[in-house]
Amino acid sequence: MTHVIETETQPRPLDDLESEPIVNDFSIVAATVNGSGSQTANNVLMRAIFKMGIPVSGKNLFPSNIQGLPTWFIIRVSKDGYTARRDTTEILIAFNQRTADEDLASLVPGGVCIHPNDVKFTNPRSDVFFYPLPVRELVRQSGADAKLRDYIANMVYVGAVAELLGIDMNEIKAALERHFKGKSKPIALNYGVVVAAAEWVRANLSKVDRFRVEPMEKTQGLILVDGNTAAAFGALMGGMTVCAWYPITPSTSLVDAMTELAPILRADPVTGTTTYAIIQTEDEIAAAGIIVGAGWAGARAMTATSGPGLSLMNEFVSLAYFAEVPCVIWDVQRMGPSTGLPTRTSQGDVLSAYYMGHGDTRHVVLFPGTMTECFEFGYLAFDLAERLQTPVLVLSDLDLGMNNWMSEPFTYPEKPFDRGKVLTADELERFKDWGRYKDLDGDGIPYRTLPGNPNPRAAYLARGTGHNEYAIYSERPTDWQQNLDRLTRKHNTARTLVPKPIILDDELANIGIIAYGSTDPAVREAGDILRARGIRTAYLRIRALPLEATLTDFLAKYERVYVVELNQDGQMAQLVQLHAPEYAARVRSVRICNGLPMTAQFVVDSIMRAEQAKRE
Amino acid sequence: MTVETKTNGKPHVNRIGLTSQDYRGGETTLCQGCGHNSITSQIIAAAFELSLAPHQVIKMSGIGCSSKTPAYFMSRSFGFNTLHGRMPSVTTGAVLANRTLLAIGISGDGDTGSIGLGQFKHMVRRNVPVVYIVENNGVYGLTKGQFSATADVGQTLKYAGTNVLPPIDICIEALAADCGFVARSFAGDAKQVRELLKAAMSFHGTAVIDIISPCVTFNNHHDSTKSYDYGKAHEERLQDIQFIPRFDEVHIDYDEGDERYVQLHDGPMIKLRKLGRDYDPTNKWHAIELLERARQNHEFITGLLYINTQRQTLHETMHLTSTPLAYLSEEELRPSRERFERVMQRFM
Repeated sequence: MTHVIETETQPRPLDDLESEPIVNDFSIVAATVNGSGSQTANNVLMRAIFKMGIPVSGKNLFPSNIQGLPTWFIIRVSKDGYTARRDTTEILIAFNQRTADEDLASLVPGGVCIHPNDVKFTNPRSDVFFYPLPVRELVRQSGADAKLRDYIANMVYVGAVAELLGIDMNEIKAALERHFKGKSKPIALNYGVVVAAAEWVRANLSKVDRFRVEPMEKTQGLILVDGNTAAAFGALMGGMTVCAWYPITPSTSLVDAMTELAPILRADPVTGTTTYAIIQTEDEIAAAGIIVGAGWAGARAMTATSGPGLSLMNEFVSLAYFAEVPCVIWDVQRMGPSTGLPTRTSQGDVLSAYYMGHGDTRHVVLFPGTMTECFEFGYLAFDLAERLQTPVLVLSDLDLGMNNWMSEPFTYPEKPFDRGKVLTADELERFKDWGRYKDLDGDGIPYRTLPGNPNPRAAYLARGTGHNEYAIYSERPTDWQQNLDRLTRKHNTARTLVPKPIILDDELANIGIIAYGSTDPAVREAGDILRARGIRTAYLRIRALPLEATLTDFLAKYERVYVVELNQDGQMAQLVQLHAPEYAARVRSVRICNGLPMTAQFVVDSIMRAEQAKRE
Repeated sequence: MTVETKTNGKPHVNRIGLTSQDYRGGETTLCQGCGHNSITSQIIAAAFELSLAPHQVIKMSGIGCSSKTPAYFMSRSFGFNTLHGRMPSVTTGAVLANRTLLAIGISGDGDTGSIGLGQFKHMVRRNVPVVYIVENNGVYGLTKGQFSATADVGQTLKYAGTNVLPPIDICIEALAADCGFVARSFAGDAKQVRELLKAAMSFHGTAVIDIISPCVTFNNHHDSTKSYDYGKAHEERLQDIQFIPRFDEVHIDYDEGDERYVQLHDGPMIKLRKLGRDYDPTNKWHAIELLERARQNHEFITGLLYINTQRQTLHETMHLTSTPLAYLSEEELRPSRERFERVMQRFM
């Protein structure tokens, strides 16, 4: 490289920038090399700030790679409690030479660049503060084993950031203790490097930038968790008995969490026998087959997958829909058709999940938007699947599933399980004209019996082929039509049972915003920004398909309704228009499909632009 | 074929008070003379003779002519006619949910040897408890006569011409996946089919029986290796097989040189009387060698090819509770507040 210019070792204040401190309101981006162990450092920083009472969120932008490609971890520090991604970076930890130039270019004027002194920038900016660190030297002085040096190196930036921002060192230490589960040797080694780096910064650099943290009281009692863990926890609380799965990013960590939590929650402490089976299969087809078989036989069965795996489950979902077998499928969405961007987020499976299958199929689809909902839908999905005797799809995404979110602690589920219309041998005696697919209650939901039921009338042959109300093979047109009519009736019953939308109303609102899932934090923040700019919005967050009357009423109230989502085709906007064709012209799609979580800025800009165009 | 005998005008009943009529199913819709119908009859006979409780049996199948047959036996049993080639996974799920169920899986050569080969092998690998019957006729019947993957080289079909590819041997595939019970039989050999079925129904783990079952419509011509004529002319039984249930008090003389007894779990036994050749069905190498030679020499060998009662079943490897998962109550499934709090503490 010919244009390399050595950065100054001592940053200097920039006169043309304001000098008032910026407290608890900025984003830190740690740019590192995948597989270098930077996750520990990032989590320690995030947790230490969180434990100082300051709201944080952590997003990991990682490559589809085991080792070597660039990765970024974004910690948003927000005194106002905003947790959505932001487009701007205030503090850059430039620990990856390969992306250093690009990373530097993304810094705001007045931003901070903390970097090893051997990282070179082709074009160092004069409007940014540089803090070069003697990383190799500090690591060498730590006396760490050569094999551990790359990992330990990340602790240098933890110490430097802590010193420069004023993070409580006791919280850093507590976070390390938690991470290493109290093992004194790694704690001492890592914390030693942190302290050495902080001391070096104090002795050799002067703080010239404006960014600070100060303790607050906004996170006391809150937890930090990811959606996949919350979902696994919820499923185990909801009596999940069979989980069959095939590894696929970003759903793998859901089953990993389940595997970790299940022995605590659901194993016999003495014998070690379990009340659940978690089984890794040969592919997603087998995973779907196992949960269909298990659901048919009376288990609360689930799988977790992502787009490509969902495609492979298609035929089984059709079968389960038509044979009326309960099962739960968590689709932790990732970006794009085929392999796409497997480590980036998206809401691209909305239509394919809703209509999943061949023939006429529509499914119950849940959209958790918070950590609490990831937890609650973990068990609610089983209740709905068993009540409706049908597959229930839960659409999370990589952002919800794998990133770190603050949440109120979850509460112990008080509501009893809903196991649906299952007849025991004795109960069946009272049903003189029982048929497995006969609608006795007018809600489209028949009564089912489970294999093993000794009543001689209980047995039936489940199948995907045409059948009449008594589960007897039939190709009669009237049997077929009646059965599908009943399934439509059942879908309309589902409409009344699925979680209702959440509405943030504003009496003075003149426009509406509709969103779902992981875009919630960005949309809420956007609502505040728009309000400050004189645009009042009401906000409806969809939590399930099929859509229902609350949504229709919302559409009726506002002349323009913006549907915000992370996909290319405005998939939910299409469903909203289909649901209420009389208001279709009111629906505007605000969408982006670039693999990144939604930002408030994008929502604000899109709506401002559209509203201004309207006025002109 | 029926095992029902009448004495004093009353139908014969088994140990649980059922007649063989109670094990019947709907009327078959397969072609008259189809080998699958003979197998269906033997399933009825075996279940009756073993006094299986019908509600504890699940009849599982994929797609194809063979997979229609669960409708034709044991109407008092639950069943699931699943997807093409995917019965193994559905069965795995069902027996995971309820470990007390006895699964009888009916598949065909297309269902197992082509579209379902992967699931078949993984089911065997996991040792899912199931009686897995392949009704093997070397041809696709419902789609009117294409070759299946088990057709021998040089076979001809009206629709498909001449097969040039080597066959997939279901039994070798099962052996390669460490199946503990591997047998081959012929639909025209009713007694052997029945005895093998009873043994398989008493086996703990995956029991695979590959039964050559002629398709009278598409693949029963005299030069077909899957025809009745061929089977009758060429079948070579490895052993004379007799299933001895636990409830039969029989005197067993272990010293007879030509007889061999295999003890199954919970008491029943298989008695194997030597016929033409010396053969040790507990030696996997011998089984594979036998099948490879049979393929080279165009031999049609039937009998119990391999048995190993030592492998752990899926339930055992997973340390599942003895109560079926499907029968666990809400109290047993919902973790206590104390356990809930223990997990919550991890997030604090």
